[in-house]
Amino acid sequence: MEMLSQTWPWYVAGPLIGLVVPLLLVVGGKVFGVSANLRHMCAALPAPDRLKPAFLRYDWKGSGLWNLVFVLGVAVGGFLAVTLLGTPDVGASISEATRTDLLALGLTDLSGMVPSEIFSWGALASPAALLMVVGGGFLVGFGARYAGGCTSGHAISGLADLQLPSLVAVLGFFAGGLLVTFVLLPLILG
Amino acid sequence: MTSQTIPDYECLDTDQVSPGGPSGPGAGAGRAGPKAGALLAYFAVGVFLGVLFIMSEVASWYRIQEMFRFQSFHMYGIIGSAVAVAAISVQLIKRFDLRTLGGEPIRLSPKEWGSSRVRGARYWIGGTLFGLGWALIGACPGPMFALVGGGLSIMILGLASAMAGTWAYAALRSHLPH
Repeated sequence: MEMLSQTWPWYVAGPLIGLVVPLLLVVGGKVFGVSANLRHMCAALPAPDRLKPAFLRYDWKGSGLWNLVFVLGVAVGGFLAVTLLGTPDVGASISEATRTDLLALGLTDLSGMVPSEIFSWGALASPAALLMVVGGGFLVGFGARYAGGCTSGHAISGLADLQLPSLVAVLGFFAGGLLVTFVLLPLILG
Repeated sequence: MTSQTIPDYECLDTDQVSPGGPSGPGAGAGRAGPKAGALLAYFAVGVFLGVLFIMSEVASWYRIQEMFRFQSFHMYGIIGSAVAVAAISVQLIKRFDLRTLGGEPIRLSPKEWGSSRVRGARYWIGGTLFGLGWALIGACPGPMFALVGGGLSIMILGLASAMAGTWAYAALRSHLPH
């Protein structure tokens, strides 16, 4: 148990995450892609059809029920991990260089899985936290659907099938991430 | 009002949508939807993945920062080895023409470049927008669900915002280059 509560090393976690792709394919020919669920959830909202864009009017149960059940499992998995093994103290296990950089950005509390100075209800009063949670979430949803997939659909499923468009999308993911890390965050948090 | 102005990009998505009746390669799963046993299997694979997202710390904003700052191999090792295992599995499935447990052929549809004059516009524009969001909120969609399950309730707002983003895309997509 003691060992399981430590950070699971990449060479254990990575291959196991990769196994999700063949598991879903073999169970029912499904392609691993989490962000499609955001579309299914929008399609499932009980809004009148005339208010829904055409992109959200389809048989979400027929094409998405399996994926919604899958992602419900992901949430339950998160619950089980935290309950049985404890919340990882990630701030303590990241590299010293990252700790130094994040403290220099103005964060003071690096405990837990995420900095509570940004990711808590109490922090939302600050524009920085609002931008990161709501703005970040919005861009994740918009960008994932525009690109036709997120980290699971493009970086894992797409690259695993040697899809060139997925490589372009992943390069985009990194371009955006680097821009936030080195340009936006110092402005937002500084 | 159906999407006549632009080609049916639905089929480009990783998760195919079949608007009633068999259409395209995504329709193979059967119109009746998956059976209870299969749903239980998807749920179990999801639980497995959710535990991995938390315990490997992929779901941590700190780890995403560490990755974008190139200060640890951890995230690269995870993504790289996940892709390697997935790629080998996909090749084996193709080579041996493996079928699903239900006996249906397994087909992966290629991602298409789209119709924009700029080749692959949707991938690099959409990808960059996604990357901005990924680094801000420090989690991609899968880990967001794992974090909500793990008790980080603020991520419910993150997910709701992601749904709003999806809705905005749905409303604007006929005006966007693909």
